[in-house]
Amino acid sequence: MAQVLVVTSGKGGVGKTTSTAALGAALAQDGAKVVVIDFDVGLRNLDLVMGAERRVVFDLINVINGVAKLPQALIRDKRLENLHLLPASQTRDKDALTEDGIAKVIDELRSKFDWIVCDSPAGIERGATLAMRFADTAVIVTNPEVSSVRDSDRIIGLLDAKTLKAERGERVDKHLLITRFTPAAAARGEMLTIDDVLEILSCPLVGIIPESKEVLRASNVGSPVTLNDPLSAPARAYFDAARRLKGEPLPMVVHGDTKSIFTKLFARKAA
Amino acid sequence: MSLFGFFRGGSAPVARERLQILLAHERSAFSQPDLLGVLREEILAALSRHVSFEPDKVQIKMDRGKSVSTLAVDIEIPNSHRATGAAAA
Repeated sequence: MAQVLVVTSGKGGVGKTTSTAALGAALAQDGAKVVVIDFDVGLRNLDLVMGAERRVVFDLINVINGVAKLPQALIRDKRLENLHLLPASQTRDKDALTEDGIAKVIDELRSKFDWIVCDSPAGIERGATLAMRFADTAVIVTNPEVSSVRDSDRIIGLLDAKTLKAERGERVDKHLLITRFTPAAAARGEMLTIDDVLEILSCPLVGIIPESKEVLRASNVGSPVTLNDPLSAPARAYFDAARRLKGEPLPMVVHGDTKSIFTKLFARKAA
Repeated sequence: MSLFGFFRGGSAPVARERLQILLAHERSAFSQPDLLGVLREEILAALSRHVSFEPDKVQIKMDRGKSVSTLAVDIEIPNSHRATGAAAA
C-alpha cells in the first residue's frame, strides 16, 4: 500500500529539500516506485536539487487547475526510472493550492506509487499544512540547534492536530531526522547531542546525517547525495534512514567520512 | 575552541536548559498566543472600576521559569485622580 510521507521542519534551511531528494532516491534505489512532490509554491527548489530544473513543463498547480494531466506533469528521473518528480509552480498564486485539489492528486498517485514524498515549505502557513495534510508518516528534519528544535516542536504539535489522520483520531507516524550533526562538537559540549534533542522532542529517531561537504557537492551538481556518492557518510546515513522508514530495525550509528578511531569513538558516544 | 572555552565548558548544556524551559511553556495552555492580551484587558477592566489611571502607564511583564513563572503588573496611578469608584465602594 502506498505511503504518503511528508518531510517537514518549520524552520527553513535545515535540509528538507536535500532530505526529500536523498530519501526519495534511496527508497527508489531499493526498488520502490517513488514520487517526490514539491509543495513550495513560488520558491520551488526540489527540481534544482534533483537536477531536473530544465525539464519542468507542467507543475502541481497546473494539474490541480486541470491545465495538465498528472502523467504530463510527472518528470521521470534520468538516473532511476522508478523515481519521479512533481514540481511546484514557480510563479503562480499560492491560493491555487487547494485541499480538494491536492486530495485528488494524492489519490491518483497512491494507485501508481509505493512512496509519495511531500517536500514541505518552511513555516506553518498554508503550504506547510497542506503538505502534511494527507501524510501517513512524517520525517521532521532538525538541526541540533535551538531555533530548529523549537520549530520542530511546533511542527510535531501540528502533525498531531492538523492532519487528516489526527482529525480521524489516528496518528501520523513521526520520525526525527537530525541533519548537519557534528559528533566531535557534540562530544565537546559545543553542540546539542542526539540524546539532548531526543529528550527534548520525545520523538523516535530515524537517522543522523553528519555535516558533510558531500551534501553541498551533490546539490551543486543536481543529484541526490545517495546517487551522487553512495558511499559517502551522508549517503550511507540516508540509506539507513530509508530502511528504517520501511520498518527495518537497524542500529543507530553516526557515519563518518574518515574512519579514524576518533570518529568511531564519537559515533558510539552519540548513538 | 580557545583554551578559555575548554575550561568554561561547552555552551550546549545552556541551549538544552533554555529549550527545556521554553518548550515546557509553549506546550502548556499558558502559551495560548493571546493570553497576555486577555489578562491585560481583564486586569485593566477590574482596576478601572476602582481607580483611574492611564492605560499607557500599565506594564505587564512575564518571566517564565523552570518551576514557577511570574507575572508582574506595574500600574502607575496618579495621586490627584485617585479613588473615583473606590470611594463609592
